[in-house]
Amino acid sequence: MRLTDLVAAGAIIPLLRSQDRDGAVVEMIDALAGVGAVPPKHREEFIARVLEREKRGSTGFGRGVAVPHVKHKSVKTMSVAIGLSQAGIDFAALDKQPVYTIFLLVSPEDQPEDHLRAMEVIFKNLSKDTFRRFLRQAASADDVRSLLEESDGLQIGP
Amino acid sequence: MPTASAKVTIVNRLGLHARPAMEFVDMANAHQSAITVKREEQSVDGKSIMMMMLLAATQGTELEIIAEGDDAEKAVEALRALVAGGFNED
Repeated sequence: MRLTDLVAAGAIIPLLRSQDRDGAVVEMIDALAGVGAVPPKHREEFIARVLEREKRGSTGFGRGVAVPHVKHKSVKTMSVAIGLSQAGIDFAALDKQPVYTIFLLVSPEDQPEDHLRAMEVIFKNLSKDTFRRFLRQAASADDVRSLLEESDGLQIGP
Repeated sequence: MPTASAKVTIVNRLGLHARPAMEFVDMANAHQSAITVKREEQSVDGKSIMMMMLLAATQGTELEIIAEGDDAEKAVEALRALVAGGFNED
């Protein structure tokens, strides 16, 4: 499984307009709805579930990244939206630092193995210092896409 | 330095997803011992959520929990019980 397969084309937001967590989540769910990865009629439910999940425990796991996620029966295949913030967003992160890079994952409800593999792929990449640093400097969706391809290329094995 | 270890199997249906991984890390951090978690040849720091997510431990996965420090035995037992209890999930 590779990042480039997970990230939905058209759901890369190189500059989030929102400066707060809830707004960023709305922008990212809307981006996924815009490309059909989230059924538009369930848009509000997705937003509510992601935010509810964050309130129970932040997915801002430190190092300036957050990985909000939701499983929903209407999702057919896993998709990731990427949102970048220049100013940094308060995600109530574990290390109390602002978040600059958000990977939002939507998964089908009944495929826990795939969900865990997707999280593994996301974390494997986000744990690389250079990948995080270059992402923060990316100015366009194309920049982000090339970084994903490059990072995937560096992976060894399947 | 006292060390202790235990093997344990992931029993909850959703596996070691973010919430249980966080519970594990919190409990690991509540102990002074260094905690290592092994899945086959892969070894990660049990006090780091980023590292724990790399295990992609699905239901049925066997993990080895290794602690090194004065409270090693207590730490291993607490973590083993947490995993074996399925993190209070189904």
